[in-house]
Amino acid sequence: MLRQISAVLNQHLDEAAALILFGIGFTLLLMDKNLIKKIIGFSMMDSGIYLFLASYGYIGNRLAPVYSGGNTDPASYVNPLPAGLVLTGIVVGVSVTAVMLGLTVRLYERYHTLDIDEMAEQIRREGK
Amino acid sequence: MAWWQNIPLFLILCPLVCGVVCSVLKGKAIRIMMAGMTLLECVGMGILLRYTAEGNISFVFAMGETGAPFGNELRAGSTEALIGLAFSLVLLLSVTGGDSSLKEDVAGKRLNLYGAMIGLLTAAMAAIVFTNDLFTAYVFIEISTLSSCALISATNRGKALFSSARYMVMNLLGSGLFLLGLSMLYALTGQLLFPQLGTAVRNLMASGSYPVPMYLSFLLMTMGLCIKSALYPFHTWLPDAYSNSTAVSGALLSSLVSKMYIFLMIKIALRAALEEAFILRIGDILFVYAAIGTVIGSVHAIRQHRLSRMIAYSSVAQIACVYLGISIGGTEGITAALFYILAHSAAKSTLFLTAHKLRQVSGGADGLEDLRGAANRNHLAGLAFLTGACSLTGIPGLGGFAAKLYLAQAGIARGGWRMSVLLGLLALSTVLNVAYMLRASLILYSREDKIPSESPHRHDPLFAVTMIIQIGLNLFLGLCGNTVMQLFRSGLTLFI
Repeated sequence: MLRQISAVLNQHLDEAAALILFGIGFTLLLMDKNLIKKIIGFSMMDSGIYLFLASYGYIGNRLAPVYSGGNTDPASYVNPLPAGLVLTGIVVGVSVTAVMLGLTVRLYERYHTLDIDEMAEQIRREGK
Repeated sequence: MAWWQNIPLFLILCPLVCGVVCSVLKGKAIRIMMAGMTLLECVGMGILLRYTAEGNISFVFAMGETGAPFGNELRAGSTEALIGLAFSLVLLLSVTGGDSSLKEDVAGKRLNLYGAMIGLLTAAMAAIVFTNDLFTAYVFIEISTLSSCALISATNRGKALFSSARYMVMNLLGSGLFLLGLSMLYALTGQLLFPQLGTAVRNLMASGSYPVPMYLSFLLMTMGLCIKSALYPFHTWLPDAYSNSTAVSGALLSSLVSKMYIFLMIKIALRAALEEAFILRIGDILFVYAAIGTVIGSVHAIRQHRLSRMIAYSSVAQIACVYLGISIGGTEGITAALFYILAHSAAKSTLFLTAHKLRQVSGGADGLEDLRGAANRNHLAGLAFLTGACSLTGIPGLGGFAAKLYLAQAGIARGGWRMSVLLGLLALSTVLNVAYMLRASLILYSREDKIPSESPHRHDPLFAVTMIIQIGLNLFLGLCGNTVMQLFRSGLTLFI
C-alpha cells in the first residue's frame, strides 16, 4: 500500500505538492482568527492552484510558446493556455489580496486588533 | 451577423466605462449615471430578449473569431436575455428606489467608489449571464466578489466593515474551491468553452476514464458556488452582510449577486456536466442541504427581532428553495428554479428597499418593536412591503405563489420520494413564511403607542415610482407566470 502511494506520489509530485499547498492555505483561511494570516492562507491556496495548472501546462522537451527559429510545428511548443490562465489568476489574486489588506487596515484602525473574534466581541458590545 | 448580436459584448463593456466615469463625477451626477447605466442595461437586455424570443434562436459571439480551445465566447438566447433583463431591472429599481438611502449612508468620495462598484457589478452580472467560457466565469465571479465587498463596506461603519471582511473570507473559500475544480476539469479535458467541455466530458464518461477526478472537480465547483450563493450550511456570512449594508447593497446582494452564481451553476450543469450525471450524484447532496436550509432559514427568520435581519434570514430559506428546483432537475425542475429566482429577486428587492423607508420614517430604528405603526406613516412603503411579504409567503396572484406552484409541479413530475419530501417542505416553508411575515406586517400596520421623536417623512417621488413598478412586477410574475415559464421552456432547449 505504502509503495503504491509512494509510486503515485513520485509520478504526480507537482500535483501532490499543489494540493497540499492548497489544503494548508484553505485551512488557514477557514480556521485562523488572525486576518493577516487569513490573507496569507488565501495567497497560499491560490499559489497551490497556479502550481497545479503550471505543472499540467509543462511538457518536457518542448519549447516555450514563442515563435522562434522558423519552427512552425505546433507539436514543438507547449500549450500556452495554462500559462495564460495562471497569469490571469495571479492578477485576480493580487487584486483580491489588495482589497483584503485595505479592509484589514481599516478594521485595525477601528478596533486595534486583527483577531476577528475580538472584533466581533467589540461590535457586540457596541450594539448593546 | 445581425447588429443586435453585438449587444451582449456592449452590455459588458458599457458598465465598465460608466463605472470609470462615475469615479470622476460628483454628487447627483453619479446617481444619475448609475440609473442611466442600469436603464441602458435593461433596454439592451429587452432588445435581445425580443429578437431571441421572436426567432426562438440563440447565437454565439466569438471574440476575435478564435475557436476552441484558445478562443473566448459569449452566448445569448432567450433564457440568458430574460434572466439578464430581470437582473438589470432589479439593479435599476434598487438604484432608483434606494436613492435616499445612498444620500444618507454613502457620502462624499465614497459615492464615487460606490458608482464605480455598481458599474463593475453590472459588468460582472452581464458577463456571467452571457459567457460561454468557464475561466471567464471565474474571473467575473471574483470581480463581483470584490465589488460586492466594496458595496457592503460603503457605509464605513464598523459593523459594515466587519461584515464585509467576513463576506470576503467566505467568498474566497468558495472561489478557491471553484478554481481548483475548474483547474482539475481543465486538466482532464483540455477545454474551457462549454460546448467543447460538454463533448469532452461526455466522451470521458462514455469511455469510463477518470470517473473520480471528474466527479471531484464538479463537486468542488458546486461547493464553491454553494458557498458563494449562501446555501445552508454555508450561509453564515449572509445575515450580517445583508443587514449591515445600505438598502441598495442589501437589495442587490440578495436579489442579484447570489442568484448570478446559481444561474452559473445551472449553466455548468446543463452545458458542461451533463445534466444526468449532475442531477444523479451531486443533486442528491444539494437536495438534502436545500431541504434543511428551507426549514432552518425560516426558523432563524422567526427568531429575529430586527426587520433587516429577518429579511436576510428569509433569503437563506428562499435560496434553498431555488436549490430544491435545481436538484429535482429535468426541464421542469430547472425552469421552476429559474422562475423562483425571478420571483424571489422581485420580492426581496422590494422588501429591502421598503424596510429602509420604514426605518427612515421611524427615527432610524431597525427593531421590529420600534417599527410599530411604520406602515401608517408611509402608506406606499407599507403597501409595497406587504406585497413583497405576501409574494414570499405564496399568496395567489403574486410571483411567489407561482414559483412555489411550478416547484411543486416539477416535484410531482419527478415523482418518487423527492416528490413527497418536496411537497411537505413547500407546505412547511409556507407556514413558517407566514409566521414571520405576518408578525412583521401586523407590527408595521398596528396602531402606534408613541410617535417617534423625529419622523422625517419626506416626499420621495423616485421611491414612489419605483415601488409602484415593484408591486407591478410582483403582480406580473404572479398573473403572467405561464408566459414567463413558456419563454424559459423554449429557451432551455437552445440553452443546452
